[in-house]
Amino acid sequence: MDKKAVKFGYVVTRDRQIDFDANDHSISRRVADAEPSLNLCISCGTCSATCSAAQFTDFSLRKIILLLRRGEIKSLEKEISKCMLCGKCQLVCPRNVSTRNLILQISKALTTVHP
Amino acid sequence: MTFDLFVLPFFIGLLFLMAVLFIKFSRWIALMDASDRVKAGMALFSVNLLKSLREVLLESLLHRKMFKRNALLGYMHMSFALGWFLLIVMGNLESRIYSGGHINPPYYPIFLKFFIHDKRVLPFEIFTLPGFFRFIMDLLLLYVLSGLVLALFKRTRSKWFGLKRTTKHNSFDRWALTALWLIFPMRLLAESFTAGIYQGGGFLTNTLGSFFALILPIQYLAYPAWWAYSTMLGVFFVTLPWSRFMHIPTEIILIFLRNAGIEPGRYPGSFSEVEIRSCPRCGVCIDVCQMNQVGLTGSTAVYFIRSLRDRQPDVTLNANCMMCGRCLEACPVGIDTLGLRVGARSVDNKLIASDFSYLLKQPEIEKYVDVVYFAGCMGHLTPAVKRAMLQIFDKAGINYTFLDEDGSICCGRPLKLAGLKDAALKLVEENTSKIKHTNAKILVTSCPICYKVFNSDYQLDGMQVMHHSVFIDKLVGEKKITLNPLGITTVFHDPCELGRGSGIYEQPRHVLKQISELAGVTDERANSLCCGGSIGELNMSAAQRNVIRDNALNVLCDPNPDILVTACPLCKKTFESGNLTQVKDIAELVAESMNQEKTTLKSISLAEV
Repeated sequence: MDKKAVKFGYVVTRDRQIDFDANDHSISRRVADAEPSLNLCISCGTCSATCSAAQFTDFSLRKIILLLRRGEIKSLEKEISKCMLCGKCQLVCPRNVSTRNLILQISKALTTVHP
Repeated sequence: MTFDLFVLPFFIGLLFLMAVLFIKFSRWIALMDASDRVKAGMALFSVNLLKSLREVLLESLLHRKMFKRNALLGYMHMSFALGWFLLIVMGNLESRIYSGGHINPPYYPIFLKFFIHDKRVLPFEIFTLPGFFRFIMDLLLLYVLSGLVLALFKRTRSKWFGLKRTTKHNSFDRWALTALWLIFPMRLLAESFTAGIYQGGGFLTNTLGSFFALILPIQYLAYPAWWAYSTMLGVFFVTLPWSRFMHIPTEIILIFLRNAGIEPGRYPGSFSEVEIRSCPRCGVCIDVCQMNQVGLTGSTAVYFIRSLRDRQPDVTLNANCMMCGRCLEACPVGIDTLGLRVGARSVDNKLIASDFSYLLKQPEIEKYVDVVYFAGCMGHLTPAVKRAMLQIFDKAGINYTFLDEDGSICCGRPLKLAGLKDAALKLVEENTSKIKHTNAKILVTSCPICYKVFNSDYQLDGMQVMHHSVFIDKLVGEKKITLNPLGITTVFHDPCELGRGSGIYEQPRHVLKQISELAGVTDERANSLCCGGSIGELNMSAAQRNVIRDNALNVLCDPNPDILVTACPLCKKTFESGNLTQVKDIAELVAESMNQEKTTLKSISLAEV
């Protein structure tokens, strides 16, 4: 918010409208081909709750999957590099998503499409 | 007469083979790291050489490990290797006697019976038995042929040889194999025909020769038979460098380099080329691989190594491996299958970036304790194990600190197994500094995965690394905790990284025997099955993992134990989801046992009666 603006006691939230047409869904499709269990994800967030890396930084696999599915891939590469690949998320996932392979595949898809 | 045109296919084939081997070996030496080359050079002039020669004799010629697996399989391999080797040695000695000690052209001893039709008793043989060489050469040929008969049986009756599945060879290997198989029957025919014509030969060739003389025009057949024998040898030598039989010369190099202390499994690299070519594709690793259970036979070690050799590594095939080490344990050549797999994955995953800069903001707290406890990521998923360990520490009065009480930094092993070594090293560095800040003497971990990497990759300046099962055994030995029998039967599951990975089999069993009746299972210790939860596996689906888990559970629950005990949080977590039996970590049972009053159990059972 601009500091000079008059404080009215409320804020105008940023527009969170997502333009699906403008987003890049190719990565999501690519990843789903390589690791079909992506389609099983219900975004429950159990993975993020148990995550080792999330103890130290704001890293969330749930968020990554949400962004991936929306096609908002700009920040994904930086986000996904925080994963330590320890595999806790895979053991706790109630939908049996192969999360470790998912992370590898997202990482690979991002680097091959936008090297 | 010491030359005939028919020796040419053999002679040219041999020269070709020697040239190719010379080029290949020189290239490997040229591509070696300088430090490795120094190591290899040093080993040439040390006791290492004797050690290597002994291993060559035991493994390459006698096939000791094959015998341990199956006597028939061992005999088959030994008859080919040792039989052929002795044929060459004895043939050379025999030919030297005729040439008065001179060195002969290489074809001369091989085709000696064509050139010499002597029936006299050689001077040397007066002291032994007349016709010693004729007898021994026939005996050796018969020995090799007996192996050939077994090899033919193995095509259809592989179960006699302890193999349910055998390697599916490509067409090139089949050509080489056919040539190899035809060499010895051709030699038998050629020598028999010649023996029949000149009434020479030993007990085998002479008898067969006399018999053939009755039914065949052997005077016309002998010469073509020598041509056929020579041609088969030639074909075999020419195909050898690109077929699986390349393992014959390469395995000797492998044994020598390994004993020289060169680190295995660094793919891509010079030594890995030697390892890859040392694989004889015997197929021993196929049956032991649990990937068979989910139809992934294609990713077993033998096919994986072949894909590397053909320079067609497949990303999915490389990823489909639980890194349990059963193939490594079974491999008669001792190829570092896991190291090669990690290397291949490092090529596949080289684009994957890791950034752990967020870890650097963690404050380092200086402590002074005797023991530092590291539960590990998986340890945090099994809180009961953590709790049990803390109870044990308290009861034993240990001055300890729980390093990752508020969540752990991963040990780095999962990244390493995925081929991301550089990323793993960042975590190793981070953890090393944290561990060192405790100034402890012993590092205890609950997770065999962490244990393995602490031992192999961490520089902890003399700090002793212990898995909790070993630490508990030590506490019991020092009488710091007392164990009471729980009156239950247990079965122990050896976690891959603890058993095969780190060689710890006895300590957990020693502890368990004191608190329970420990039953044995068919696949234990070095043959232990993987639970299916493996963090080394990158691609398998949950359904496939479940199949492997259930099969392993069925084996482990065969003695119908009250509790299935393991020493790995990941195995525990995986087996628990199988819902077949109660699964506990060894630490949980020990905590229960030391907290239990000696008489409680008996009084309960009496009350129930």
